[in-house]
Amino acid sequence: MFSFCTDPSVLPDWQWFACYLTNATHLQFYRAFGVVLVLLAITAPVALGMGMLGALALRSRFAPLVWFGKGYVNIVRGVPDIVFFLFVPIALGQGIEWVMHQINCPDWDQPIRQGNDFIVCREAKVPPLNSAAWVYQLYAFLMAVVAFALVFGAFAANTLHGAMQAVPRAQIETAEAYGMTRAQAFRRIVLPQMWVYALPGLSNIWQILIKATPLLFLLGIQDIVFWARELGGQKTSLFAYPHPDWRMWYFLGLLCFYLFLTWGSERAFARLNARLSRGQATAAGERMRKAAA
Amino acid sequence: MKKTTFAIIAAAFAASGAMAQDVVRMGSEGAYPPYNFINDATGELDGYERELGDEICRRAELNCEWVINDWDTIIPNLVSGNYDTIMAGMSITEARMEVIAFSQNYLLPEPSAFIGLADTDESARDTGVIAAQSNTIQAAFVADSDADLLEFPTPDETISALRNGEADAVLADKAFLAPYVADSNGELVFLGDDVILGGGIGIGLRQSDDALRDTLNAVIDEMKADGSLNAMIEKWFGPDHPKF
Repeated sequence: MFSFCTDPSVLPDWQWFACYLTNATHLQFYRAFGVVLVLLAITAPVALGMGMLGALALRSRFAPLVWFGKGYVNIVRGVPDIVFFLFVPIALGQGIEWVMHQINCPDWDQPIRQGNDFIVCREAKVPPLNSAAWVYQLYAFLMAVVAFALVFGAFAANTLHGAMQAVPRAQIETAEAYGMTRAQAFRRIVLPQMWVYALPGLSNIWQILIKATPLLFLLGIQDIVFWARELGGQKTSLFAYPHPDWRMWYFLGLLCFYLFLTWGSERAFARLNARLSRGQATAAGERMRKAAA
Repeated sequence: MKKTTFAIIAAAFAASGAMAQDVVRMGSEGAYPPYNFINDATGELDGYERELGDEICRRAELNCEWVINDWDTIIPNLVSGNYDTIMAGMSITEARMEVIAFSQNYLLPEPSAFIGLADTDESARDTGVIAAQSNTIQAAFVADSDADLLEFPTPDETISALRNGEADAVLADKAFLAPYVADSNGELVFLGDDVILGGGIGIGLRQSDDALRDTLNAVIDEMKADGSLNAMIEKWFGPDHPKF
């Protein structure tokens, strides 16, 4: 990075650290923070969407849809995250390749499972054979988004379903009295009012999602935990920047990062809650009305 | 005549599904110096296996690409096709042969060694708590002995466990431990004699990938014959390391 970094072993302390903290592995470490933030930014809306679909399925008057919703919510909530994260990338990856294989290679005569090996034809490989390394990384990242969205969508579905139930029955009755259909009542009355009930639950899920991002490491993505462990471990004189075991400092850094992230989102949720409570027939809404008067 | 030979070779390649121009994805761990590690100046995979793998690919005219994968899931990801080879200091053992195939060895059966803090009694080898990386031949060796096994997912953590007193000794490949002992100013010492474990280190492959295994074996043969493999071992492991 800096011009004086050519031989770190002879540098004074501050220069050594300047070089050390800007070497190639540290730059990858810093980039990993961005990966975590991007993952959160993509996963949260996707999981919320999955949750909404799940909640609608739970509310549906069509029995198979209800069973499907219940199955999804209960199975995913009942399985430890870590098991799910080990299962999804391999099962989903093989599932996609299996489907591609059936489509692209109908006259393939060898078995797909040969002993321990999972073998599909060349055209069925996902990502396609000879893709660049970044394509593989993007694919792994998308797998991670799917795995996170599946898990957190189930929790969100339960929360949203509960919030929909919490909207006072009298409100819906009034809507019906005005001649609204079930769908209209849902869109105009339930949907705008449910958020204030859903918010505490959703903020919980969001905080847990933040704290679950180190599981990325299980999905083969070199995330901040991977790098903290890799960089913090003792480096012998084989390396350009030898140092003793510094993992404690790296993990302390991660701790600050996560605390900062959860502290910031706590504040954001508090503001959102105030905004959503305005004019609501809840205790918080009542307090706001009195304060204004 | 020449044309027929070429046609047969081409047909053989087409049948095996592994065309010569396909990218061969090479899996490694990147946490076991000097076998494989991430170079902190370049951010790239480095080490004996990186240099050897690149040389094998050059000679076999393969287009290779390195992939870093966690040790604990390195075999499942190979068999499900995420990459095509493993070069991660993996010893050839019976148990692993049931799941994957190996090329011929590119390192001879190597000495593993115990290390402990300077004042540790040698009896800790047999009765103490021994730290080892999980799913390694060393972990299997300790599990079969009378000593207590303490497993860690990365080799680096075994050394920390020794330093903070969780373990009495560490068992690992001697080549991995030697720099730690040398750098410790006498804090860490080797305990007793080395033990020879495993059947040497080879390239892990899917059992169905015969064509690739033959290609790699041929190149390793060539490198053993012309002495270039020994030169590489000497460069990374020093003059005392077992050679072919």
